[in-house]
Amino acid sequence: MTAGLKSHLKGLDSGDSSQAIGNVLRESLSSQESFSQKHGSMSADIIIEATNVSKWYGTFRALTDVNLTVRKGERIVICGPSGSGKSTLIRCFNRLEAHQKGEITVNGIRLHNKMRNVTEVRKNVGMVFQHFNLFPHMTVLMNCMAGPMWIKGVPEAQAKKTALKFLERVRIPEQANKYPVQLSGGQQQRVAIARSLCMEPAVMLFDEPTSALDPEMVSEVLDTMTSLASDGMTMVCVTHEMGFARAVADRVIFMDWGQIVEEGNPNDFFTNPQHERTKLFLSQILRH
Amino acid sequence: MLYQDTVESEVLVHRPWFVASIFGVVFAICLMFNLVGTTFGELMRPVIGDPLQSGVYGRFAIAFVIGVTFCLNIVLIGFAPLKAQIGIVWIELLTLFLAFFKAFNLSLPFIWENLPYLITQGVVTTIYVSAVSLVCASVIAIIAAIAKLSSNGFAYAIASFYTSFFRGLPLLIQIYLIYLGLPQLGIVINAVPSGILALSLCVGAYMTEIFRAGIQSIDRGQWEASRSIGFGFGLTMRRIILPQALPVIIPPMGNTFISMLKDSSLVSVLGVWELTFLARTIGQPTFHHMEMLITAAMIYWIMSACLEVAQSRLERHYARSKAR
Repeated sequence: MTAGLKSHLKGLDSGDSSQAIGNVLRESLSSQESFSQKHGSMSADIIIEATNVSKWYGTFRALTDVNLTVRKGERIVICGPSGSGKSTLIRCFNRLEAHQKGEITVNGIRLHNKMRNVTEVRKNVGMVFQHFNLFPHMTVLMNCMAGPMWIKGVPEAQAKKTALKFLERVRIPEQANKYPVQLSGGQQQRVAIARSLCMEPAVMLFDEPTSALDPEMVSEVLDTMTSLASDGMTMVCVTHEMGFARAVADRVIFMDWGQIVEEGNPNDFFTNPQHERTKLFLSQILRH
Repeated sequence: MLYQDTVESEVLVHRPWFVASIFGVVFAICLMFNLVGTTFGELMRPVIGDPLQSGVYGRFAIAFVIGVTFCLNIVLIGFAPLKAQIGIVWIELLTLFLAFFKAFNLSLPFIWENLPYLITQGVVTTIYVSAVSLVCASVIAIIAAIAKLSSNGFAYAIASFYTSFFRGLPLLIQIYLIYLGLPQLGIVINAVPSGILALSLCVGAYMTEIFRAGIQSIDRGQWEASRSIGFGFGLTMRRIILPQALPVIIPPMGNTFISMLKDSSLVSVLGVWELTFLARTIGQPTFHHMEMLITAAMIYWIMSACLEVAQSRLERHYARSKAR
């Protein structure tokens, strides 16, 4: 993160409204571009690399030869009709699901059936779920502190500091001592984001983070994700929020029948889709 | 609490048809039995004269008075607030029971004389046997529950055989089998340890199923969230799943513990000097059976009540995160 970005963020925290977000967004986008131009060819920048990934549930083929590379700082949006394998794909990235064919490498570690260091992978991959999945028997603060304390052995005081920092980052520090059921859906999802951030992951996976929310809560979660993106966080989002995709994504991927049908930058994707299936999907989803 | 309707209805015990039908039932039951020879008859002497001479009139009058008193009682209780209602009904039932026991003409001095020994020897042994079995059974249950949920064939087979066997045999036979059967293998254990072993294995088998159901009741998403943060199996189980399963597990677990406390009386067949054994051996030679049995019964009840209180405390403790 550049110094300029930091000062902008400070402005953001002290309540300097939407203009700041816009500035940060633009600035970080441009710095991102120059960054990837400089280092784009280096393999060290690749955080997730999936080659020819296939997966079956019994006889049903959920993924068919999927190829995807996620570089550092990239923001990728995956969309597609339900049952198209979007969620399955990103759940393969932290080994919540096992793939049967092809290779997935995350942070330089190859994922396979007999791996012993799956924790090493998961430590570096944050995951946000559709139904939040906060731990209901712990306070919001403890939800955020648990990971660093129990996995990384961070002392309690420091874990608390980190947790409060990220709760502030998602703008709900005042809820720290409440239990998850006492919060609204949008707040819970922001806590879930903070919980993942506390592990300081290299990449964040979002599995339809706004699908279970009331319409008016969608924007608060999307705002959080947008500002996360402007910090340069590497993100892979499965979402139907096309506005978010257009504003934030570096690349939009359209999946159907377990395959990547189309892939491109958001501008081309939305204004000039190539495949019939993509056109149909977009016309369905953008009609309203 | 059940789901409460937001529309208030009239209190049941204040509805005329309900009070009338209760009166009818009580009146009919009292008419069925001839109560003129009992304490009720004596109490009614000013009205009906000599109870034994009163005949049908006396019988009728007694049934009528009991019916009216009963209905008046429930109508009046109906006006009290909830907590007072619960307290009054408890006290009334308790009084009735004490009156019932008083009818046995128990020898109180005999009870007072033997009570200290009953407590220092009998109660202590019962609590010792139950508490140790409780801890052992919980440990066995957690391990067996995880084994039953695992995909390991051996673990599943052993655990399911264990639960099937120990749930399927009467506890009394298990106790005999362990006390008399193990020496056949050259393992001789004393009465108390073999009693504890039998109780632990039997209760553990029941609790295995309780734990399994509790663990299964936790949403898959909790596992996924926990594993995706990087927690291993043990950490997830200990810090995420079991703490959430406990509120589900506690009520049936309280049940099992209470019944185990009383099942510990079966260990008396091995000659362990616990509460039931002492109550029988002290009562028998002096023909004070009833005194000792009722005393033992009361002591068991008090101990169970303590477990009940502990259970409701625990339930309240774990209800914290559910409060809105």
